[in-house]
Amino acid sequence: MSDHVVLLDSYPSMFGMRVRIALAEKGIEYEYKEEDLSNKSPLLLKMNPVHKKIPVLIHNGRPVCESLVEVQYIDEVWKDKSPLLPSHPYQRAQARFWADYVDKKIYDAGRKIWTTKGEEQETAKNELIDCLKVLEGELGDKPYFGGESFGFVDIALLPFSTWFYAYETLGNFSIEAECPKLIAWVNRCKEKETVSKSLSDPHKVYEFVLGLRKKLGI
Amino acid sequence: MGEEVKLIGARGSPFNCRVEIALKLKGVEYEFIEEDLANKSPLLLKYNPVHKKIPVLLHNGKPIAESLVILEYVDQTWEGASILPQHPYERAMARFWAKFIDDKCMSALWNACWSKGKEQEKAIEEANELLKLLENELKDKKFFGGDNIGLVDIVADFIAYWVGAIQEVTGAEVLTKEKFPKLFEWAREFINCSIVKEKLPPRDHLTGFFRIKLEAPDTLKYNPQVR
Repeated sequence: MSDHVVLLDSYPSMFGMRVRIALAEKGIEYEYKEEDLSNKSPLLLKMNPVHKKIPVLIHNGRPVCESLVEVQYIDEVWKDKSPLLPSHPYQRAQARFWADYVDKKIYDAGRKIWTTKGEEQETAKNELIDCLKVLEGELGDKPYFGGESFGFVDIALLPFSTWFYAYETLGNFSIEAECPKLIAWVNRCKEKETVSKSLSDPHKVYEFVLGLRKKLGI
Repeated sequence: MGEEVKLIGARGSPFNCRVEIALKLKGVEYEFIEEDLANKSPLLLKYNPVHKKIPVLLHNGKPIAESLVILEYVDQTWEGASILPQHPYERAMARFWAKFIDDKCMSALWNACWSKGKEQEKAIEEANELLKLLENELKDKKFFGGDNIGLVDIVADFIAYWVGAIQEVTGAEVLTKEKFPKLFEWAREFINCSIVKEKLPPRDHLTGFFRIKLEAPDTLKYNPQVR
């Protein structure tokens, strides 16, 4: 039986990038559909009526929503190649914990950097750096968060690196100066073709953020 | 094989209760360590340094934090009734709804129950939208998990039990039989399950606790010291 896989996505979305990486890691062929988030398609509204958000993975007509849910789904369905989560329950739990940490902390801190100014922005910058340092600590001297192999937590966090240029430029600071090991990890991951072809161009992300700021009147 | 399972928690917390229900479902014996959230113990700070919240499961000395993470861990580690479905698509659906409850419903329902005046009107409207989605998802099933309780039912424990207790204290009408008959019935079935009943904190403890909160409005902001 041949699989039909569609990904509803938006180029700058770090959540979409997670799913792109997972699909690439598994070597899955799929149809990529770029959504205009200011004019959401009937397909998106039908496939994600609850949140009306991307990414949405549509597998043989059935939608899966929420990026980390989608990554786990991909790992469970296409289980014979490139496991994304560890097999041992304790390590799986640790992977889920850290992916959840990324979800809870990084997006909001980053968003505050490009939507605020002055003291509020300073606080957001410090918050982001603090969280990235915690992650850097968790990475330690391992090549990837998963240890020797690239996996779930790497996939959860990596796409945010495409937004670092935007954060740094708008916040006037350097993430590499504060978290050199993390940037080294980003560069190590980008050596994988599955990653480099899935991540969006930071300069294009920056242009997108500028456009958003204008729209939001910032 | 000798196995040591401990749960650092707080009996009034719905997040804690989720884990206790899961452990009971799997027939796991464990030592419960009640945490005083106003005065966090060195044990908690050691085993959950990142968030400093309960519940934390300790399995042979190794900690797992975040209730949803713990539930998946318990499901994978011990035999017995399944918490997550077997099929990947159904698992994805269960995870989706569990996340929906955690990300959206918990704070919205809390606010709907505790706010007043115009703010409450708005909060109740928001809660109505979310509860409607859950009611639609339930359809004609007895539980979100089907014939037996599963991940989503366990994660929705706050909705099944805590909301009713808060409503009793504040008079708010957020989840009622008239508004959401299916969900109301589901809540009744859920809290009457023998496994669940055993693990729920006594109702009068909860209402007592919430009555105290009513007198101290500055503690009402949704800021769970528990996950």
